[in-house]
Amino acid sequence: MSLTRQEVEKIAHLARLSISEQEMPVYVTSLSSIVDFVAELASADTGSVAPMAHPLVGLRQRLRSDVVTETDQHERYQANAPSVQAALYVVPRVIE
Amino acid sequence: MLHDLSIGALADLLGRGKLSSVELTRHFLGRIERYDPALNSLITATADQALAAAADADRRLQRGESGPLLGIPLIHKDIFCTEGVRTSCGSRMLDNFVAPYDATVVERLRAAGGVMLGKANMDEFAMGSSNETSYYGPVKNPWDTSKVPGGSSGGSAAATAARLAPYATGTDTGGSIRQPAALTGVTGIKPTYGRVSRYGIVAFASSLDQAGVFARSAADAATVLQAMAGFDPRDSTSVDVPVPDYGAALAQTLAGLKIGLLAEFFDGLEARNVALIEAALAVYRSLGAETVDVSLPHLPLSVPTYYVVAPAECSSNLSRFDGVRFGYRCEAPKDLMDLYKRSRGEGFGPEVKRRIMTGTYVLSAGYFDAYYLKAQKARQLITDEFRAAFTQVDLLLGPTTPTPAFALGAKVDDPITMYLNDIYTIGANLAGLPGLSMPCGTIDGLPMGLQLIGPHFAEARVLNAAHQYQLATDWHLRAPRGYE
Repeated sequence: MSLTRQEVEKIAHLARLSISEQEMPVYVTSLSSIVDFVAELASADTGSVAPMAHPLVGLRQRLRSDVVTETDQHERYQANAPSVQAALYVVPRVIE
Repeated sequence: MLHDLSIGALADLLGRGKLSSVELTRHFLGRIERYDPALNSLITATADQALAAAADADRRLQRGESGPLLGIPLIHKDIFCTEGVRTSCGSRMLDNFVAPYDATVVERLRAAGGVMLGKANMDEFAMGSSNETSYYGPVKNPWDTSKVPGGSSGGSAAATAARLAPYATGTDTGGSIRQPAALTGVTGIKPTYGRVSRYGIVAFASSLDQAGVFARSAADAATVLQAMAGFDPRDSTSVDVPVPDYGAALAQTLAGLKIGLLAEFFDGLEARNVALIEAALAVYRSLGAETVDVSLPHLPLSVPTYYVVAPAECSSNLSRFDGVRFGYRCEAPKDLMDLYKRSRGEGFGPEVKRRIMTGTYVLSAGYFDAYYLKAQKARQLITDEFRAAFTQVDLLLGPTTPTPAFALGAKVDDPITMYLNDIYTIGANLAGLPGLSMPCGTIDGLPMGLQLIGPHFAEARVLNAAHQYQLATDWHLRAPRGYE
């Protein structure tokens, strides 16, 4: 195994994913096999190549002018939220 | 029968008042009711909205309005946001999500008079090649319901093949239009990156995602793509390049067309698949095309490159699902960390979690250079090789998939084997190129796809070459038994 259980637990924590006891060995195995599989990339001679920024030549990220284009629609958007009070998203208490 | 007619023929009947959009819509809704319980190609059917939209289209037709898609039904992949209709993306995470706005693609097709029949099943968050990762259960292949339809746009493909709609939308990040199109015997096109707006499409891997079409012919696909394509200021990677007249280009002769055959596509290809490609090449030669052998030495690295880049972008994009602003929230979280972890752990399925963790790993401190940066360099190498090939040839031609549709359950436990399904399709995504798959024969009674890849923005040429092939052959006209 190229990844240990501890490493996978750490990755899951970084990704904010709860993984059950039963699921954990499956992820250790499958993530290890994926890491081994993509390790093939090390064989590529990429010495003088710059990492790709955009597939189309010469294209760069477009910027828009700094004008207001959005109106306040929080009621519509918050209709999808699990818990809202006074237009605020409600989560468990963070500060004691 | 109505469901055998092309989009052009249907538009003609509608335009001459020989058929109403409501009648046509009822016809397809009836087929959905009859066939979809066995196929599971839809997550949500929107019969009431469809009939209202059809009545509206009929009013527009009666006022003398005309248009190639006015009054024609369609199915949207459930990755496109549809205002007022659940947009689940095949995930428990979004099972309760009702989009507050329309995706640009949805908006454009509605403006063109399209009548949405429902939202198609798909692999969860478009991550899968068999439509088995959907929270709503697998889609069955209409050619053999013990087989997968491919993925991730498996519902769109199966519905188009079973003639449940004249066309369907899809998205393609690593082959998710072309691979299911091949496995279900329909025509599917993924345009150039930036050609169709990504606004309102639930993001998977933003530098690879592109929307496209499933239809029963290249001519129909051209009609739909015409309405979908074009600049959209709301997508920061949408490209402001004029959209040519795809329909007008279909009739062009292929005399002198240079078709490139990639050595890497034929290396290890099964003999029966080779024979199908050879037969297609014979058709192309008879139409005046020439073939040229080309090679992209780094192409074999495309699958490992993809499985670094796509999961990296996925782990970033899917961080928005936090159980706070929308989507699934776990029961009784004990603190904020527990809320995040359990909402995500319970809301995402196994393959999505696997990809998020892969992406988290390749982007984490100490591994970024070795994996992500390396993959972006390999991606540049592959793209440069494609670009060099297109200085010698007009199009590249090869298989879409290594094999026909495989059995449900056959590959679910082995991610690498599943990932290798996309070995021939991923290159076009990495390089942002347009690609099309169309039926070119069968193996063991199951349809196989022929893939055409063009240079950036050469959708017209790709569709033209596919249309000319379809004029000379009848593979695209074959329907799966029982759905004729």
